[in-house]
Amino acid sequence: MPKYLLLKHYRGGPEPHRSVPPIDQWAPEDVEAHMAFQNHVSEMLERNGEYVDARALAPARTWVRYGGPDAAPVTTDGPHPETSDLIAGWWMIDVESHERALEIAAYASSEPGPGGEPLCEWIEVREVMWERPAGDAEAA
Amino acid sequence: MTGMPAGAVDEGALRVLVPRVLAGLVRRGEDFGAAEDALQEAFIEALRTWPDHPPRDPQAWLAAVATRRLVDARRSEAARRRREDVVAAEPPPPPSDAVGDDTLFLLFCCCHPGLAPASQVALTLRAVGGLTTREIADGFFVPEATMAQRISRAKRALRGRSLDAPGDLAVVLRVLYLVYAAGHAGRVDLAAEAIRLARQLTLATDEPEARGLLALMLLNHARLPARFDADGRLVPLDRQDRGLWDTRQIAEGVRVLQSALALQRPGRHQIEAAIAALHDDAASADETDWPQILAWYDDLVALTDDPVRRDPAAVLGRAIAVGHVHGPAAGLRETDRLRQTLGDRHRWHAARGHLHERAGDLAAAAECYAEAARLATNVAERDHLIRRAAAVRALDR
Repeated sequence: MPKYLLLKHYRGGPEPHRSVPPIDQWAPEDVEAHMAFQNHVSEMLERNGEYVDARALAPARTWVRYGGPDAAPVTTDGPHPETSDLIAGWWMIDVESHERALEIAAYASSEPGPGGEPLCEWIEVREVMWERPAGDAEAA
Repeated sequence: MTGMPAGAVDEGALRVLVPRVLAGLVRRGEDFGAAEDALQEAFIEALRTWPDHPPRDPQAWLAAVATRRLVDARRSEAARRRREDVVAAEPPPPPSDAVGDDTLFLLFCCCHPGLAPASQVALTLRAVGGLTTREIADGFFVPEATMAQRISRAKRALRGRSLDAPGDLAVVLRVLYLVYAAGHAGRVDLAAEAIRLARQLTLATDEPEARGLLALMLLNHARLPARFDADGRLVPLDRQDRGLWDTRQIAEGVRVLQSALALQRPGRHQIEAAIAALHDDAASADETDWPQILAWYDDLVALTDDPVRRDPAAVLGRAIAVGHVHGPAAGLRETDRLRQTLGDRHRWHAARGHLHERAGDLAAAAECYAEAARLATNVAERDHLIRRAAAVRALDR
């Protein structure tokens, strides 16, 4: 079964379908509904036997590169820290098909936003390269 | 030790034997790493065979099987060394009886100052706690192979080092605190394990700071049942259902703390435990004895030269206490001093949010909570801070 990463972003990606303020500015009940839905998606994936991992990433980031012999690593927070793509976290899933991955991603994107309306957040879907199971290569 | 009942192995009772047997082997002059490997094999063998063949004397059984494994290992090692033409060093003489207790002796081995903290922690849990590599790996959310590597590197680093010199108790206390702070999120409750180890440590030494650390752990751990609600949401201290606190742990913590304070050699852990005890002692958040907490914080920051830079967490805790005793504006002024050292930490912003909220400046509180949420590195705390930001904004509207 193929594995996929469903990536959530703080920013970047296609033009947002729906523009909403940051979550800390939502009504408290909308915040609760949104967080409950996030947990619900993970629980649903676990119940279905499709869950591999889910993680959130803190937004602060540092770019680093080798600085040369006897030099400190060179760091920056990016050329356009306010506009560049920034990943917020992921679900990793193990599913029957690419279609199923898209289905789950679309469901995750239906998360409630302000006023309980679906947020329609863009979710990036990427297949994870994995070891082939033994014997699979011969069968293919 | 009496014989085990047939049919089931009491793993807890078995684990208690691990440090005793291991200390015996190392004192006898066996290499620490080799002895630990051999005992681990004996442990697994015990889990396999004891249900059908319970030993009459479990400790002697473990020691005998581990010794047999050591002899086997030494034979193949000796053969290898002969091939490589290396003169095998004599095993060091058994250390004198300067260190009386097995647990303390082993803790000093595992918390050798020459080891990295992560190695000290892993080795302590395995050799003193008797946890399997798999359990330790689960506790720290790393693959088992990673933890196995950490342990074997630590044992290699110990090889050839003298293990009979008295160890550094401060390092042991730090390691136990690291184990405690790793928490209880994994399948293994490391906080409970740290408490168990600290309790063993207090039986082996009269040092008041060891008791202070045990008390601190107990007094904080007692509040664990109230720290998250049924939906997994974090509940801050002032909103917890105090009826859920573990009164037995609190009573033990207070008793241990009192016995430490009676020795009149105060230290960081005793002071932090005293502050925790005052929180635990309040029937409601409003009844918290903040003036006395502030007095303890004064003692805590006085332990360090330049506390703003070298112990900013204590200064921040004190600022909250100042906010309760002298008003939120005074508390905020205290946090100003920490802008340089803690300005990029979520705790600093969260504390200021709390102080602004108590001062009635809800807009400023919301900004602080939101910034704290952006800087949080833990999902439960982040979500809690987002909720606080949204809640005070809603009140402000």
